[in-house]
Amino acid sequence: MSSQCDDAKSELISLLNKLTKTDIEITESLHIMNDLDLDSVMVMELMMELEDHFDISIPLNTLPDVNTVADLIQEISKLKNQTP
Amino acid sequence: MSLLSRIQKFAQQHADSDNSFTAPLGAVIEHLYSATEGSINGRRTILVGTNNYLGLTFDNNCINASNHATRSYGTGTTGSRLANGSYAGHQALEHDLANFYGVDYSIVFSTGYTANLGMITALVGKGDTIVLDEHCHASIYDGCMLSGADIIHFRHNNAEDLDKRLRRLGDKASSTVIIVEGIYSMLGDRARLAEIIEVKKKYEALILIDEAHSLGVLGESGRGLSQEANVEKDIDFITGTFSKSLAGIGGYCVSQHQELDVLRYLSRPYIFTASPSPGTIASTRAALEIIKTTPSLRERLWENAHRLYDGLLSLGYELSPEVSPVIAVNVGSPDNALSMWKKLFDRGIYVNLVMPPATPNSKCLLRCSVSAAHSNAQLDVVLDAFANLQNPLPKEQLA
Repeated sequence: MSSQCDDAKSELISLLNKLTKTDIEITESLHIMNDLDLDSVMVMELMMELEDHFDISIPLNTLPDVNTVADLIQEISKLKNQTP
Repeated sequence: MSLLSRIQKFAQQHADSDNSFTAPLGAVIEHLYSATEGSINGRRTILVGTNNYLGLTFDNNCINASNHATRSYGTGTTGSRLANGSYAGHQALEHDLANFYGVDYSIVFSTGYTANLGMITALVGKGDTIVLDEHCHASIYDGCMLSGADIIHFRHNNAEDLDKRLRRLGDKASSTVIIVEGIYSMLGDRARLAEIIEVKKKYEALILIDEAHSLGVLGESGRGLSQEANVEKDIDFITGTFSKSLAGIGGYCVSQHQELDVLRYLSRPYIFTASPSPGTIASTRAALEIIKTTPSLRERLWENAHRLYDGLLSLGYELSPEVSPVIAVNVGSPDNALSMWKKLFDRGIYVNLVMPPATPNSKCLLRCSVSAAHSNAQLDVVLDAFANLQNPLPKEQLA
């Protein structure tokens, strides 16, 4: 994993802990909707918080391919690289 | 899990919720006595969830126009506008709509849903970006998904949030379309259009506004929020429906841009759908004429909206944020929502039950829509029924 991914990973895990208020240990293999028991509206709200934190926009059309925390780390790292 | 067993699982869930009484999603109206009263399960029921804002479904002029057109042109067109389905009536309605809005270009679609689907998919594609309000209707979301463009939503009615998201796009902001609604369908609140237009101009984006719930409801001539907010010249595309204030079925887009006329050749939902029936087109033309010539209907609608909103507020209910013909009552848990819906239904009141994820902020709502055709006496019966429900839940249980 690249250093940018590592940066995104630690920030994301800390944020997910804060935003979802879960007792579950956040790992890269965790399934965001199923394991955190989030419905689609809660996922949208979570994404908006992440967008603001990382100052990126996560297109909704990319979300069907984002299932796990690892997927989300990859997507955030990619978008941070593309930020104008 | 196989495809069919997945559907069977849903069917069982639906059956479990449907075994004791008429389900909120399956109420069948057996007879209609007027625009505001019908018979459901053999019971005379006041209809407070129909989007029939001006009450024109039984208007004599509309019915006569529809009858005459059906006799003259038949029951259906049996074809697309680009094949055999363009009649003089379709062109005349497009002309009427353009005149009504004071623009040069207009397209009629077969439903409001396909108007949004057809416009969005024709306007943007892969490599473009759509920035839409998070409370936008499913037809807008579906059009966005089908378009292949990048879809970014902004916090509801928050122009600062919109600005932030456009800023992040950099140079791509100018190949972006912003999408908002005149009146949002679930909570009945208006878009903060003047502020949103300022952001649109700053980034040189296009804007499309869906006036489905605001046509005939807002603005001096009933043209919707764009007229009320005095920003019509800054709007690129207006979509809307015939199935609310115009009391028919169909949809449209109007624009000052000549490109709209070409978009019809790029819009698959327009090309591959049979055109609206002659009767529908004729009744819609008659209803549009009524909107233009009878502002008293709009005044009556707003009197009724105030009567119901103020009445529910005084009963202690937590309501949607502003007075509007769409009034949403926040009713807490799904069980409480279903129970309250049934009690109202048993007293002869039909409202819309709306549950998450179809609702903003995961709230369960009893959604009322007011009509100019409701009498004071009917609205008082509705308020009396709400007054006789269990006391409104404390605010902390509604979060």
